[in-house]
Amino acid sequence: MEDTEQRWSVEQVLALAPDAASQKAGTRLAAPGPWTGTGTSGPSGDGGGAVVWGLCAGSGSKPYRTAVDLAGPAFNCSCPSRKFPCKHALALLLLWARGEVPTATDEGTPPQWVAQWHAKRTAAAREKTARGASAAADPAAARKRAERRAQRVAAGATELEARLADQLRSGLAMGREEQRGWEGVAARMVDAQAPGLAARVRDLAAIPASGGDWPSRLLEEYAMLHLLARGCLNLDSLPGPLADTVRSRLGFTTASAELLAGPTLRDSWLVLAQQDSVEGTMTTRRIWLLGARSRRAALLLSFGAAGRAPEVTLPVGRSLEAELAYHPGGLPLRAALGTRYGPPTAGQTPPGVPVQEALTGYGVALGADPWLDEWPVVLAGVVPIPDQCGWQLADAEGDSALPVDPRRLGRPGLWRLAAVSGGRPVTVFGTVGHRGFTPLTTWSAARPVAL
Amino acid sequence: MTITEHTAPAWEELVSAALLGTTRRRPPIEVGAEPVDPAGALLDAAAVATVRRRAGLRPARSAPRPAVAPDDPRPLPPPAARSRLRDLLNDRTHHGGSGGGRRGAAPSLAELLPQWLAAAGRYGYRAPDAVLPDLLDAARARTDLRSDALALAGPRALWLAELNPEWKFALRSGNRGAAGDAAADPRAAQRLWDEGLFAERVALLTRIRERDPAAGLALLSGTWAKERAEDRLLFLDALRTGLGPDDEPFLEQALTDRSRNVRATAAELLSALPGSALSHRMTERALACVALDRTGVGPRIVVEAPHACDAAMERDGVTATPPPGRGERSWWLGQLVEGAPLAIWRDRFGGRTPEQIAALEVADDWQPDLHAAWCRAAVRQRDARWARALLGPPPVPAGAVAAVGDPAKLLSVLPEDERAVWVAEFIAGHGLSEAFQLLGACAVPWAEPLGRAVVDALDIAREAGSYPWSFSGVMGLAERCLDPGLAERLEPLTATAEDGSNASPGSGAYWSEAFQRLVTTLRLRAAMLQELAG
Repeated sequence: MEDTEQRWSVEQVLALAPDAASQKAGTRLAAPGPWTGTGTSGPSGDGGGAVVWGLCAGSGSKPYRTAVDLAGPAFNCSCPSRKFPCKHALALLLLWARGEVPTATDEGTPPQWVAQWHAKRTAAAREKTARGASAAADPAAARKRAERRAQRVAAGATELEARLADQLRSGLAMGREEQRGWEGVAARMVDAQAPGLAARVRDLAAIPASGGDWPSRLLEEYAMLHLLARGCLNLDSLPGPLADTVRSRLGFTTASAELLAGPTLRDSWLVLAQQDSVEGTMTTRRIWLLGARSRRAALLLSFGAAGRAPEVTLPVGRSLEAELAYHPGGLPLRAALGTRYGPPTAGQTPPGVPVQEALTGYGVALGADPWLDEWPVVLAGVVPIPDQCGWQLADAEGDSALPVDPRRLGRPGLWRLAAVSGGRPVTVFGTVGHRGFTPLTTWSAARPVAL
Repeated sequence: MTITEHTAPAWEELVSAALLGTTRRRPPIEVGAEPVDPAGALLDAAAVATVRRRAGLRPARSAPRPAVAPDDPRPLPPPAARSRLRDLLNDRTHHGGSGGGRRGAAPSLAELLPQWLAAAGRYGYRAPDAVLPDLLDAARARTDLRSDALALAGPRALWLAELNPEWKFALRSGNRGAAGDAAADPRAAQRLWDEGLFAERVALLTRIRERDPAAGLALLSGTWAKERAEDRLLFLDALRTGLGPDDEPFLEQALTDRSRNVRATAAELLSALPGSALSHRMTERALACVALDRTGVGPRIVVEAPHACDAAMERDGVTATPPPGRGERSWWLGQLVEGAPLAIWRDRFGGRTPEQIAALEVADDWQPDLHAAWCRAAVRQRDARWARALLGPPPVPAGAVAAVGDPAKLLSVLPEDERAVWVAEFIAGHGLSEAFQLLGACAVPWAEPLGRAVVDALDIAREAGSYPWSFSGVMGLAERCLDPGLAERLEPLTATAEDGSNASPGSGAYWSEAFQRLVTTLRLRAAMLQELAG
């Protein structure tokens, strides 16, 4: 196979796995032993992508039939696993990523079971696109629903305001026990259809136990919640972009399809980082992008529930020619991924800024969105400094440094960063928040290293 | 960056008002004419201050930078090998996630890590920077990986270990640690010897003995009297490296040590030193006990075991009190013969070879004791001729396995090929049930006759209908030690056979799974080695 550009990396494949157990099972199965009849085809030309397939011997008498459509990607396997993708699909992709799956020759084009599945899938996808375009919801009913929700959210914000003021009248010190009561308030914010408020309220409960200068941090978070609730209650008087920001912070979202129907930005997007966080049974994936021409950053959020990996996965360190549509707001950051033009191509180490410039950028961004807690920044020429009182990333010249967010100090990625640096300046991508920097990716000899 | 400190003093006042409650303390806020809720006003003021602080964050003053890591000029492994290393390390960290229980047909990658590291070391590669933390963690958890892992990790790993207390072990472990550096410099060596941790000192002593045995001895004898008994024992053990006639006076002195274990070790080292006074004394004692009797029909060995264990014998390391159930005299005899150089027996038995001596009849049931002592002597003196003679050919299937000595230990004295042939014949005759320890004594990968014998024996066990987990120990060894080239031969065995009439239910499927795992692992090992070749 000469198209190494198109082949995925092992990391990219593993990122598809719904959990660590699947990663491990897939890695173990990714050996030639149990596999027969593996093959891969080029793009099919009818809108579908390249397909990889193979038969994997399992415990039964019949081997499992496993196939993956690389555009999408989409998976199909005859095994009974409820994990998605299953370990067989992951193992097959790992073999392919290592170049151990032969490209099908003309006479050996996909076996019939692969061709059938693929054709069905392509047809279904086309139908869906067609349906999506024609589906026009009832605009009057939609407006009515929106009004009802706005009223509920406003009622939630009013209750929250009262609760915050009460707490300050009796004092934070008194309320140390009562902080548990915030769980109930959070639940009511969910009922009020304001998930953004609910999430912030839930975070309050943990602060008094977090040690250090907790009263100061708690008052800050009270204040930011208060600011958001005030914004919610005065939405009509806010300038348009700020009102959009408040709405998105409250938890109002716009459907991707709707966004993509509006203006989009086409660029060559460098995939800076992809990180998953798990809360309960829900996995949230954040993919950070940087436009090569527009120099704009973007955040793609995707979610996976119970045993399923989030749908989108992009290869860190590679570039993707695609259209994005930003969510509305004073600080366009979150975006929806639209049409992609071709597979990801090799990327380069992105240009970056020194520490002072990174902080200035964060300050300016806060002007548009005061609730911003992660502002993407590529730092260039910084030296990671492991220190007893916490880590820093310091400019190679001068004495400016950016502390690492104390909540990230236990992460093994920090030591990986130190190992890559070896005391020399490196380029690091990460996010700036008000408690410091969270490193996410660095580059070693132009190759990305996830942290 | 002043992340938690607020520059404006007003912030502290806002916090204290919030802490106490606005009903108790009025927040320091200028309020206009209109009456306002003080709590609301406090929240407003705090919001303004918070956003102002966050938007105006300044860089912090940088802490002292770490030194720059030394360069490692060795090449990186090829890309495929690098991603394989990540897989192997990844499997290690995720162990226990869904591990446990039956392993199915998938290979255990963590078991292959030692082989990968050893093979990569032979190519002279260095580890990619980004995997150094995982490699150090792996080496910390598994001491058997340490020396190969640290060799691969190189100077940058030591640089990292200086920064992270969890990896301090890397600075101690022999290889290129403090001991290696200090060994070349007498003053640094003396300082490390005087101030170092125990493990560092043992490593240092071993290092120095490799280059200059006399210098190592001088270092040890300088502090000998002050060392604790258990430390003395291990330091003494380190003298095995570079053992020579110059060590004799020191060892003779150690024969009078307070600790019995130290005395015994000193005696053992002296007996391994040809020409030492102790070995002469032991020779004399042994020869007094064992002689050739030509008066009978054929020549035979007569044994007159010692009647007492005197003070001089005890001083030379002979333990006076036998373990429960053993006669005193045979116990003493065994120690005398074990401690005497094997070379003396040729003259004693009229110029006979070890084979001829081992074949001689021994009078009065002394044969087991005498042969067992010779076996121990052959292992201790690493004498291949004697080991071969005592081991004899592998016992025939019907015959009882002779209980003389420990065949696995005797094997370890023989050259690799000879070991493999012997064990192969043993397995062909006896099957696998008693072969585990013998297999452990063979070199990896198993030489051709041995690999084939193991595969055949596994096939026979399968046909006999037992469950594969009765052989899980050997299977595990086979996965790691069989020559990867045998995968093709094994392939037909992965098919599920019908359970035979006397087979345990379902055993056929389990065997097929076990063979599948074996084949997969062998292929993986072959792929692994090929990736490293680039």
